[in-house]
Amino acid sequence: MNALHGLTLVTLSAEPLDAQQLVRALLDDAHGAVVSFVGVTRETSPGDSRSVAALIYEAYDTMAVAEMGTIASEACERFGPLSIALVHRTGRVELGEPSVAVVVAAPHRGKAFEACRYAIDELKTRVPIWKQEVYGDGETAWIANTPS
Amino acid sequence: MTVHVLAFARLRELLGFGARDVELAEGSDLDALWSQLARGAQQLHGLRATTRFARNGALASGGTPLADGDEVALMPPVGGG
Repeated sequence: MNALHGLTLVTLSAEPLDAQQLVRALLDDAHGAVVSFVGVTRETSPGDSRSVAALIYEAYDTMAVAEMGTIASEACERFGPLSIALVHRTGRVELGEPSVAVVVAAPHRGKAFEACRYAIDELKTRVPIWKQEVYGDGETAWIANTPS
Repeated sequence: MTVHVLAFARLRELLGFGARDVELAEGSDLDALWSQLARGAQQLHGLRATTRFARNGALASGGTPLADGDEVALMPPVGGG
């Protein structure tokens, strides 16, 4: 195994995400910094006054996992050595629940922050996952990410 | 030849299927597949520019030739995160 690559966890999950569990999984004595990003379902969507009740995520599973693995490898090459976890929900995610978690453990905080930011930005741009907002009145709409 | 077509999110709803085998003329490329599907589905018109294709799990341009047994994904703009 390449010395830049520590532990890599990449998965889609139909079950609720537990970011703390990912943090524990990535901790080791070589890592002095753990940075986690947790994306959570929020009530309002930009430019839309309706209240969001839930999100429903759909993925092209095989390609999504492969692309998340590629992003994890890129993060290791650019910012490693590090360990990284990328986990994304599928199915219905209720308001206030996590939809995505990115956790990076590295020797120092600088690279951990950079790698975490890189991974979530790339995930939102490249990984074949789609999001449908479900509003309080039962209406739904597919929402695409805007370039950051 | 036959290709296995996967449609996601809004495209799945507009086409009315998430997965279907589609018969194509030998030598067809991804653009030809799209045109064939769009002939039977007016609702696809205008969506080609924002649709990305994957062939066997890798992004592919419209001019990519297809082979019997390929898996093709029709993907609207992504919304993960």
